[in-house]
Amino acid sequence: MKFSYYPGCTLKNKASELDSYARKSAEVLGVTMEELEEWQCCGAVYPLAKDEIATKLSSVRALVSARDKGNDLLTLCSACHHVIKMVNNDMQTDEDIRTKVNNYLGLDVPYEGETKVVHYLEMLRDSVGFDEIKKKVVKPLKGVKIAPYYGCLLLRPSKVMAFDNPENPTIMEDFIKAVGAEPVLYPYRNECCGGYTVAEDKRIAQNKCNDILASAVGKGADMVITACPLCMYNLSKNGTDFDVPVRYFTEILAEALGLKDE
Amino acid sequence: MINEKETAQRVIEISGVNPRKCMKCGKCSATCPSYDEMEYHPHQFVDMIDKGQVEKLLDSESLYKCLTCFACIERCPRGVEPAKLIEAVRLVKIRQQGQNHLKADMIPDILDDDMPQQAIVSAFRKYSK
Repeated sequence: MKFSYYPGCTLKNKASELDSYARKSAEVLGVTMEELEEWQCCGAVYPLAKDEIATKLSSVRALVSARDKGNDLLTLCSACHHVIKMVNNDMQTDEDIRTKVNNYLGLDVPYEGETKVVHYLEMLRDSVGFDEIKKKVVKPLKGVKIAPYYGCLLLRPSKVMAFDNPENPTIMEDFIKAVGAEPVLYPYRNECCGGYTVAEDKRIAQNKCNDILASAVGKGADMVITACPLCMYNLSKNGTDFDVPVRYFTEILAEALGLKDE
Repeated sequence: MINEKETAQRVIEISGVNPRKCMKCGKCSATCPSYDEMEYHPHQFVDMIDKGQVEKLLDSESLYKCLTCFACIERCPRGVEPAKLIEAVRLVKIRQQGQNHLKADMIPDILDDDMPQQAIVSAFRKYSK
């Protein structure tokens, strides 16, 4: 299995662990992650406005690169996944945006949203399979109660993201079971962490994250996992009332596959 | 501001939203994680923009409290997409000269050793032009 891979800005810096554990695990699972030769930051938030074209171009360039290689485009950061998949949907469904973007880029072959965008968790579920992962686990995380934190960007809007049931998702719970741990079901798993407002008003992120962690810890969580560097930052730094560890899901995958200390 | 009604029309165009689809159920505000932080709530944005009353919204801090978490967009039973209207009002504001909400010289005070690049990039995208 081969994918074109879009890491994104933060995975080359503060969230390098999210990236490195994903790459190590993919090797063992028989998945080739071929990083795009050239990519630009996706902008980290999807531009909602109909008249924003320039802010969508970096996503389209990544999508075109994957198409030209004949690959699906694999993402890992929740924000990159959201932005690129939403822009891809615009290229499929919004004639005005599609025309303007293509006029601007002047590609040899115009882009119309042909590339399939796949999140790493979807790849684990749909291409590798959780049962296969179970077979390759050498150090199951027995007895560890893990609260999956979905946040907003993987799930919503569900009509486009089509990641899982937006109100009652199971993919991260199934992942947790596959690595031998016990998923904790808690009501705040798809509530927002406060996101970028942390740069404007830390108090919002503190309130949101303390609510989320109270919910997870209240249901017995020993650990919280996430796929998003900003959720990771907010939960671990601004969930000020709790010291429950927050980890990237790829770290516990690598740990279960016996790759963490290599 | 040139003309309030024209500005409201501009907001509707930028957002691609038809506020008249709203059936006033209030679900967008009920589900909004930033409700307590806002002076004007998502359902009020929809209603006020429909009535052409955007001046108060343009001057409100509520513009910067929306998390773009897509909860209102996901859960609106009429597909109105209130967050797109809030984004459009914010853009009408920050696209004006000198109206950036986040300025580069504010960053050193916000930064700490753990803050991911994603936080700064997304905040600039939302708050500045």
